[in-house]
Amino acid sequence: MAADSAILHVDMDAFFASVELRRRPELRGRPMIVAGGERGVVLSATYEARAFGVRSAMPMGRARRMCPAAVVVPPDHAAYRAASVEIMKIFRDFTPLVAPLSVDEAFLDVAGARALFGSPPRIAAAIRRRGAAEQDLTCSVGVAPSMFVAKIASTRCKPDGLAVVPPDQVLAYLHPLPTGALWGVGPRAEAVLTRLGLRTIGDIAGTPVDTLRRALGDAAGAHLHRLAWGIDERQVDPGGTDVTIGAERTFPTDVGDPAVLARELLRLSGRVAAQLRHRGRTARTISVKVRFADFRTITRSRTLRDSTDVSQTIYATSVGLVADLGLLGVHRASGGGPPPGAEDTMVRLLGVRASNLGEAGPRQLLLGERPEGWTELERVADRARARFGAAAVGPASLIGQRGSGGQRGSGGPPGAGGNGAARA
Amino acid sequence: MKFRVERDEFTEAVAWTARTLPSRPTTQLQVLSGLLLDATGPMLKVAAYDYEVAAQSTVHATVSEEGRALVNGKLLAEITRSLPAAPVDLAIDGTRLVITCGNARFALPMLPVDDYPALPAMPPVTGHIEGSAFAAAVAQVAIAAGRDDTLPVLTGVRMEIEGDTLTLAATDRYRLAVRTLKWRPAEASTDEGDAAPAAPVTVALVPARTLLDTAKSLSGSGVEVSIALGTGPSGETLAGFAGSTRQTTTRLLEGQFPPYRKLLPDSSPLIAQLEIAPLQEAVRRVALVAAKTAPVQLAFSPDHLVLEAGTGGEAQATETLPAVYDGPELAVAFNPSYLLDALGALESDIVRIGFASAEDPAVAANKPAILTGKSGAEGDAADGTGSELPDYRYLLMPIRLHG
Repeated sequence: MAADSAILHVDMDAFFASVELRRRPELRGRPMIVAGGERGVVLSATYEARAFGVRSAMPMGRARRMCPAAVVVPPDHAAYRAASVEIMKIFRDFTPLVAPLSVDEAFLDVAGARALFGSPPRIAAAIRRRGAAEQDLTCSVGVAPSMFVAKIASTRCKPDGLAVVPPDQVLAYLHPLPTGALWGVGPRAEAVLTRLGLRTIGDIAGTPVDTLRRALGDAAGAHLHRLAWGIDERQVDPGGTDVTIGAERTFPTDVGDPAVLARELLRLSGRVAAQLRHRGRTARTISVKVRFADFRTITRSRTLRDSTDVSQTIYATSVGLVADLGLLGVHRASGGGPPPGAEDTMVRLLGVRASNLGEAGPRQLLLGERPEGWTELERVADRARARFGAAAVGPASLIGQRGSGGQRGSGGPPGAGGNGAARA
Repeated sequence: MKFRVERDEFTEAVAWTARTLPSRPTTQLQVLSGLLLDATGPMLKVAAYDYEVAAQSTVHATVSEEGRALVNGKLLAEITRSLPAAPVDLAIDGTRLVITCGNARFALPMLPVDDYPALPAMPPVTGHIEGSAFAAAVAQVAIAAGRDDTLPVLTGVRMEIEGDTLTLAATDRYRLAVRTLKWRPAEASTDEGDAAPAAPVTVALVPARTLLDTAKSLSGSGVEVSIALGTGPSGETLAGFAGSTRQTTTRLLEGQFPPYRKLLPDSSPLIAQLEIAPLQEAVRRVALVAAKTAPVQLAFSPDHLVLEAGTGGEAQATETLPAVYDGPELAVAFNPSYLLDALGALESDIVRIGFASAEDPAVAANKPAILTGKSGAEGDAADGTGSELPDYRYLLMPIRLHG
């Protein structure tokens, strides 16, 4: 290990909003919100808008009440992707070890770049300079000996900041922070920790690992304990093993009908599977996200025995997860009866996500498996769509449904070969 | 309770039985962390039970006062292991069990023996088999059992009895190992002439780990193992295995074992034959460059096999071996450790790898290959015809190289 901190976490500041400001300079200095989706949630907001309490993922209605003066701009995902490509190019000028976490943030390992570009803090400063000069975009950079500390540091120096945590300062830096600052501590884990009287990362570090294991489960407990001591052995992997692939949709009006929910899951599963195949990856963990009318949001995940890029498998898994929430019970029992109806089961948003990704490579076949199964069918369907257009092949149950929908704007392909109606 | 036992015999009995102690007894079942000592007549029984598996070992003892005691099993095992070479005296003194051996003396607090659950009784014996043959057969099959608990039925070995034939099978869905062997079914009880015995259980799904440990522990030379399949006191299905001094009962796994017989081909249209030892060595060497589950590719051409592993820019390795092969150019990829498991389990110098098609290499490379030893070459001269199915078959699913 190097004696100094050589991991950078670069996080673009208010990325979508900043890209919009480049072509609408007249909006600079004013509260501005990028909002999308059929009903509109905040995708990004300038710091002027954030000052009023506007946050990402907030429903637009609420954001407008908080900041009536804000200018609202629809998203232009193509422009953000183009800007992202340019930013990542700058990163790669300094090191090949760039692991993008999403369009607007990435980890960089610059240990090997010292001789060429100087110390990691100098590299961080140079990246910030070039981003501002060449792309007119600001970012915040955390420099630390490990990925998760770098990420915490960049979050805490936003916006337009630079934070350097030398190796011998890691514990002093981490321990006073609230437990929620740790990667992997969401509201639920935080509640569990609070019940144990643990409020800071230092509190976690001072707790016997067995206690944490009992409270949070074996893996999570041990993991948090290691993090609390600043131990994170993950390497910056340019293959991007940490990336997940997901698709979600906010319904125009809240949905209670199990048949509609199931059909949406099929469409989302098809999109996720098509993305996986397109990027040459497979996933072992499938999760669903359900946001109810009252904004309660539940995610559930299941890890499969074998990794997959097959929409049928993703669909079957996500249907199982949603059914376990009681949302498809009626649908399953009677093939689509009346909706459960009760207010608290009306669904506002549905999402499907694939994680635990690996390279799609050689595949261990299973005994008794059909030699030409879903995998092959979906690949053939991919080729047909590439040649004849997105509508060429699709699941029968999605025929006559509207196209892709969702918040991705640019009309992706509808669900990939699912229920088997190959119309090619 | 008061008795004397031989040090080595006692140590061995305690050590073997203690292996069944639950690794983490819950607080409600603290008694299960204990080993039960039961001195009756000229015998001492040592027993452990975790509600799944019960193990019981019997040693000779000079019993001056009969009785039962329960003490912490792990501690007792450690103590017996380090006792000096001298007869061991055990006696209850108030609430403690006192162990005296040579000049060493231990006093262990006792656990409430009356709270200890009754051990499941051994079901009526179904048949007998020679211990080392049984252990070898179990070892050949258990390698193919699944290891993770998401599909519990796959963590078992299926035992099936048909007359004098015992069939063992296990699969983790990637491979399937099947072994048939002869055994001696128990004769229908003759002492109560007319009372026809209840139809014996003929199929049992035994947890693979337990079966492997049990069979190994009963494999002493010349030991005859009794196998008993039946039901326990609360109606659960049980299997019991007993040698001369050791006895294990285990709860069976529930659920439907996959219908594996239909996966086994009656014959293979295309067969490659290789010497096992050089193939094993070559696979091990070539697999050095393959990541954890990365495949090793076997490319067959007339009289040759080329092994290859490693991808693209990474490290690569190849090795060529002579093979008896007379088919089309065929490239098939396997998980090297599954392949090595099979090669290690075959009791033969030659492996026959049977493929599903002699005409279409794509079919042969995507359907299960069947690995068997070469029968008739040595040993079982009796059949000679070669028509009989080999007694050990290992069906291995290939890895598809490109998606």
